[in-house]
Amino acid sequence: MHAPDGFLNAGTAAATGVVSLGVLAATLRNIGTTLKERQAPLAGVVAAFVFAAQMFNFPVAAGTSGHLLGGALAAVLLGPALGSVVVTVVVVVQALVFADGGLTALGYNIINMAIVTAFGGYGAYWLFRKMMPANRGGIIGATGLAAGVSVVLSAMAFSLEWLFGATAPVAFDKVFGAMVSFHALIGIGEGVISALAVSAVLAARPDLVYGAQISP
Amino acid sequence: MFVFAALVVALVVAAVVSQFAVDSPDGLERVAEDTGIVGQASPVEGSIFSDYAVKGLENPGLSLAIAGIVGALVTLSVGYGLIVALRRRRDNPA
Repeated sequence: MHAPDGFLNAGTAAATGVVSLGVLAATLRNIGTTLKERQAPLAGVVAAFVFAAQMFNFPVAAGTSGHLLGGALAAVLLGPALGSVVVTVVVVVQALVFADGGLTALGYNIINMAIVTAFGGYGAYWLFRKMMPANRGGIIGATGLAAGVSVVLSAMAFSLEWLFGATAPVAFDKVFGAMVSFHALIGIGEGVISALAVSAVLAARPDLVYGAQISP
Repeated sequence: MFVFAALVVALVVAAVVSQFAVDSPDGLERVAEDTGIVGQASPVEGSIFSDYAVKGLENPGLSLAIAGIVGALVTLSVGYGLIVALRRRRDNPA
């Protein structure tokens, strides 16, 4: 989902830049009041894991691959606010150090890959938890499903941005349809990886799983 | 201890699992190629680690592994450092 510079027009790049900065600023201010000491190492390690996992492209269809986005997983582990910050760090490092994703594109890449996935994913997680048994399996299942949903939400966010910032004569519904189809498949991979990851953390240190402390 | 183990997992994924990544374009790139949007992409100024390779290092596997480890460690440091800085600001409001 790393868009290079130029996919969306300058106005959209600027607007999404302002929005993502605003959300980040509000999030950082909010986190400041609730942060626990022990979350710093976990936040760092989740950032490292999400970065690493994004390097592993898995096939989803002929000629197409996908990779973990990680926002939903980060949200279940750290809470949506800290989760979005962590994935933002990943996206920024990727753009600045690895030329993966553009620089003027950072606004919409952060929105799509960090903010929408973490907050949207956590919202979905909360809803799925309500439908699931109140045990570890329920947490894992809800994480997997929410992670899958978060990828589709991310694809929809890009499509919506295309509606405002298209730089080529390609219709919104064409972009939306194609993006959602491919990312529904990618979401399956995201769901599996996220479920496995959260089950590993639950097995070792359930106290570190933010999403395990809530009971919807 | 758990955090250390998780870091090791992250580094292994970055250096080893990444070697098995498939080459095909990801969902967004594929859509961009199919629709022609891809033509809008601006060229990026490369850095030594552009595209997850170490510039000048011939061996592609080693190049990817090193880039992966560097990236994982950088994100670890920035993530950890950011949270520590936030906590310090919270504890010592200026």
